[in-house]
Parts: sequence; structure tokens; C-alpha cells
Amino acid sequence: MNHQPSEGSHRLKTGIYQGIVAAWPVCLGFVPIGLAFGVIAQKAGLQPYQIGLMSLLVFAGSAQFIAVSMLAGGAGAVSIILTTFAVNLRHFLMSSSLAVYMGGTRKWLLSLFAYGITDESFALNLSRFKTGNWGITQALTVNHVSNFFWIASTMAGGFAGEFIPEGAFGIDYALPAMFIGLLAMQLKGRRYIVTAILAGILAVVFAMILPGNFYIIAASMLAALGGVLINRRLQPEQPGE
Amino acid sequence: MSELNYIWLILGMSLVTYIPRWLPLAALAGRRLPGWLLEWLDLIPVAILASLLLPLMVIPDATGQLDPLSSEFLAGTITIIFALKVKSLSGTVIVGMLVYWLISSLV
Repeated sequence: MNHQPSEGSHRLKTGIYQGIVAAWPVCLGFVPIGLAFGVIAQKAGLQPYQIGLMSLLVFAGSAQFIAVSMLAGGAGAVSIILTTFAVNLRHFLMSSSLAVYMGGTRKWLLSLFAYGITDESFALNLSRFKTGNWGITQALTVNHVSNFFWIASTMAGGFAGEFIPEGAFGIDYALPAMFIGLLAMQLKGRRYIVTAILAGILAVVFAMILPGNFYIIAASMLAALGGVLINRRLQPEQPGE
Repeated sequence: MSELNYIWLILGMSLVTYIPRWLPLAALAGRRLPGWLLEWLDLIPVAILASLLLPLMVIPDATGQLDPLSSEFLAGTITIIFALKVKSLSGTVIVGMLVYWLISSLV
């Protein structure tokens, strides 16, 4: 090996550094949510290593919360897996948006990157890709640093759970509060607000008439369609991106 | 649930989570998508979050009954106002938990 730092390794280091700097707020956000998840999972009867294994293999906050509450309610594996699929189908849409910026990236790197697509890393990476000054090194760093924080904080919650009484600190409300926080960050214009209101109303109606968790996918696909149509009617001259 | 069943459960969960994350990247990377599809995709995250959230706030007990004056709804309303003013994810989670804790201990 030659000890002279090559330009490639310098670029790699800079990319990792930029990724870590950008990932910091996401990691900070994962800590309270991960702790809350760990405590709830411990109450549902999971061991810290089982919690860590789920965080490592699944790495999807909302689905993990829902799975654990279903486990506590005595649900079977098949219905938990189907619900996980319905809840995480949204990543399909996020992955499609990211794909636009990832031409020319090697297939195995794309496959690794896919593992780390979460609501938070998606929002961060997409906004950076749009600026043009972002690459696969930075994006992978964001995903994996936040993944590490997620695993560690959920396991810490699993250990702490034993010492925290049922319902303390409003931990049962961590999941809705996380959705509120994520939503608030994305309401950057009228069309997002209109779509969110439409989706919320449709979801409540569908939740009362459709079986299982399919109201989530049904309401969001319809509401986004409604959002596109309303937006086109309001600004018919606006060209596509 | 037994140890072995738990392993199968999380393997199943990880598979159904990974495939939708991977498929578009593997199939579409670098392709130009039509404008209307991009507009639709752009609205999807907001729509999903709202569809996850609102039922939790107004149908709190999974009974299928609307209950707009529950602790969940009151805490949610306060948390939304906080979140819109202070755009911080962890701050919102902490405030939401504390407000809900306070309201549900008073009710």
C-alpha cells in the first residue's frame, strides 16, 4: 500500500465527514424515539437483544412500534408481517423519488443504500440531492450513522424499561408525536397542507369501513392524487419538474 | 411467541420492508420519470404521515368509534401547534409525550 493519500480516499473522507455533519439532527431525533420504542418493547416482553435484532433487520420506526403493540395484543406473525408491509410500502415511493438522482451508482451500493431509507433519512438525502452537492458516500453515511443510533437507543430503552413504570412519561404517545414532528417538517406549501388534510380525513373514514391497516395505503394514494389534481387546477400553467 | 417464531417474524418483517425500499432503486435509478408521477410521489410522504396520524388521534381505542375529545386528540392538537412553531423532531416527540402524560393524568 502506498501511504500517499490519493485523491479518491480524500474524497471518500470528505464525503463521510459531510454525511456525519448532516446526519447529526436525525440521530438526535432517533434517541428519544428509540428509547421510547425500547421501553414499550420491553413491556411487550422482548429482551434487549431481540429489540436490537429487530432494529438491525427491520430499521423502520413506525412499523416497529406497530408490530410491538400487535405482539402485546397477541397478534400472529402473518398479520404483523402484512401490516408491516402496508405501513412500509411508502418507502417504495420514497425510493422512487431518490432513484432519479442515483443513476450511475453501482448496483451493490444501491442495494446497501436501500436498506437505510427511512422517513428521516429520505427527507434529508432528497433535499441534499436536489442541491446537487451530494453523493452516494454522503447518503450512505447518513443512513448508517442514523441506523447505529437507532439500534443503540432502542436497546438502551430495552434495558431501561425494567425500571420505568407502565405509562410513565407519556411514552405511549411517542409514536403519534413522531408522526406530528415528521409531518410538520414537510408542510412547506399549500399543496402539502391540502394533501395532508385530505389524507387525514380519508384515513379516518377508511379506518372505520376497511378491515385491517389498508386504510393507510388507500387514503394516502388517493389523497396524493387529489393533491396533484387540485394543484393542477389552481396552477394549470405550472410545468412538470 | 417462542424464540424461533420471533426470529421468523422479524425475518419476514425485514423482507417485506426491504423489497419496497430496494425495487425502485434497482429498476429506476437515473431514469427520468414523468412530471405528474414526480408530483404525486412528492405528495406521498405527507399523505402517509397524515393517514397514520389522524386515526390515532380521533379513533384512539381501536374500537372504530370516533372520539374527538380524547386525551389523544387534545395532546395531538397542542403537539401540532408546537411542531409547526419549532421545527424539531426530537423536541416534538418530547413535548408530545409530556403533554399527553399531563393530560391523561388529569382526565
